[in-house]
Amino acid sequence: MISSFPKLLGATVITLKLLSLSLFFGLLIGLLFAILRMNKNTIINKFAYGYSYVFRGTPLLVQIFIIYFGLGQIEYLRSTFLWVILKEPYWCAIIAFALNTGAYTSEILRSAFETIKPGLIEAGKSLGIPNKVIFYKIQIPIAIKQSLPAYGNEIILMLKGTSLASTVTLMDLTGVAKYIISTTFKPIEVFIVAGGIYLFMTYCVHNLIKFLEKKYGFQT
Amino acid sequence: MNKFKTLGLGILISFFLTISSNADSIKIGTEGAYPPWNSKDASGNLIGFEVELANELCKIMKAECTIVEQDWDGMIPALLMRKFDAIMAGMSITAERQKTITFSQGYADEVASLAVMKGSDLEGMDTPEGINLSLGGSDVKKALKTLTGALAGKTVCVQTATIHQNFLDSGDVGSVNVRTYKTQDEVNLDLASGRCDAALAAAVAFTDYADKSGKQVVLVGPTFSGGAFGNGVGVGIRQGGDDAIGKRDAKLLKDFNKAIDKARKQGIISKLAIKHFGFDASM
Repeated sequence: MISSFPKLLGATVITLKLLSLSLFFGLLIGLLFAILRMNKNTIINKFAYGYSYVFRGTPLLVQIFIIYFGLGQIEYLRSTFLWVILKEPYWCAIIAFALNTGAYTSEILRSAFETIKPGLIEAGKSLGIPNKVIFYKIQIPIAIKQSLPAYGNEIILMLKGTSLASTVTLMDLTGVAKYIISTTFKPIEVFIVAGGIYLFMTYCVHNLIKFLEKKYGFQT
Repeated sequence: MNKFKTLGLGILISFFLTISSNADSIKIGTEGAYPPWNSKDASGNLIGFEVELANELCKIMKAECTIVEQDWDGMIPALLMRKFDAIMAGMSITAERQKTITFSQGYADEVASLAVMKGSDLEGMDTPEGINLSLGGSDVKKALKTLTGALAGKTVCVQTATIHQNFLDSGDVGSVNVRTYKTQDEVNLDLASGRCDAALAAAVAFTDYADKSGKQVVLVGPTFSGGAFGNGVGVGIRQGGDDAIGKRDAKLLKDFNKAIDKARKQGIISKLAIKHFGFDASM
């Protein structure tokens, strides 16, 4: 049980890398699609809605399998430059995670944008502030503050979601735990240690969000 | 109220009846994803060499058997947790596994081989046809050296927790980039897609895949046996003990050994092996 600890800690680095890269790309995707969702053009609006509907409506595991094993079956794709990225399980996992968390993030941000009181925007307009500046200086900061609790939840869900990377051969925390079990045949002990590490990471994320909420959130 | 009591009693009785009727039955775990050893047909029924052999052995033992499915990477833990009483899943008898469980005598043996897609630069390696790692000697050493050179920097794919993974991890062929998969199906898929430069498994697993999928999978290098590849495939059973359950496990081992002896003498194992492998893999 104790001898497996250093190996599991080493694998935690991979898990954290997967998590941070997925969250980074996911946030960009989420912001983009949240803005598209609020667009008045029906086609753009429906497209953004369709994206979030599909990725929130299917299991993450299925999404990973489609991107990793599914796209790998398309012979044409293998002759394109895309294969350089899709050949690597690492990038396939990040693409799947980013698209998945991006869908949830877009919904979180959209609802945050919608809760902004129209009076705040009108106040900006009456002061003669350009629309763009109102968006960057008023809407985005308020939306971020509003969405912190829900987004914290999403980070935690994504952290646990990274364990699915082990299904496409990546040696993340869960992957290494399974590997150790395959040589020691001691599933309970090893999974408890791995679970403890996940729990500790969740604890850190939870407290970080709490701290940010206190610092930037609304005191009501 | 009385109705409920009768109903409750009825459920209880039927519960005990199921337990008692199961007392002599043997549960055998298999993977159902490693053809031709064991696999599933289109409607999900378990089929293959070991499924048929298990039924024959149970007939000889005059025991009632049920064959249950279990993912490969949880096979030994599931046996230890008593989800079933015996493993028949193409599991080779190795010293590593014998630390945790025990095996009957081997019933079949089959060599391992590397496979690549046609046109790979690994084709045409200059090695002997087969090497036995237990024998050692200069031929084996030379072949391993050739393999080490050819596989340097390549990605070799294997199913997790197999003798094939153990061999690649042992360092006998240098430090290749080993990628592990949950099932052999997934190994085959990624070999065909080109994510793996080569794959290592039982030779029949690849020829079976090539036959069924029509993909240009070819075997390269020597066939492997002995050493990390173990001593044939046997029935995996929990190690016996002094308590009642331990005694039952010890008896089960004896029964399986006797049944395998009988089945071998009657030519049942050979017949089934030829049917499923295309050659006599019995031992």
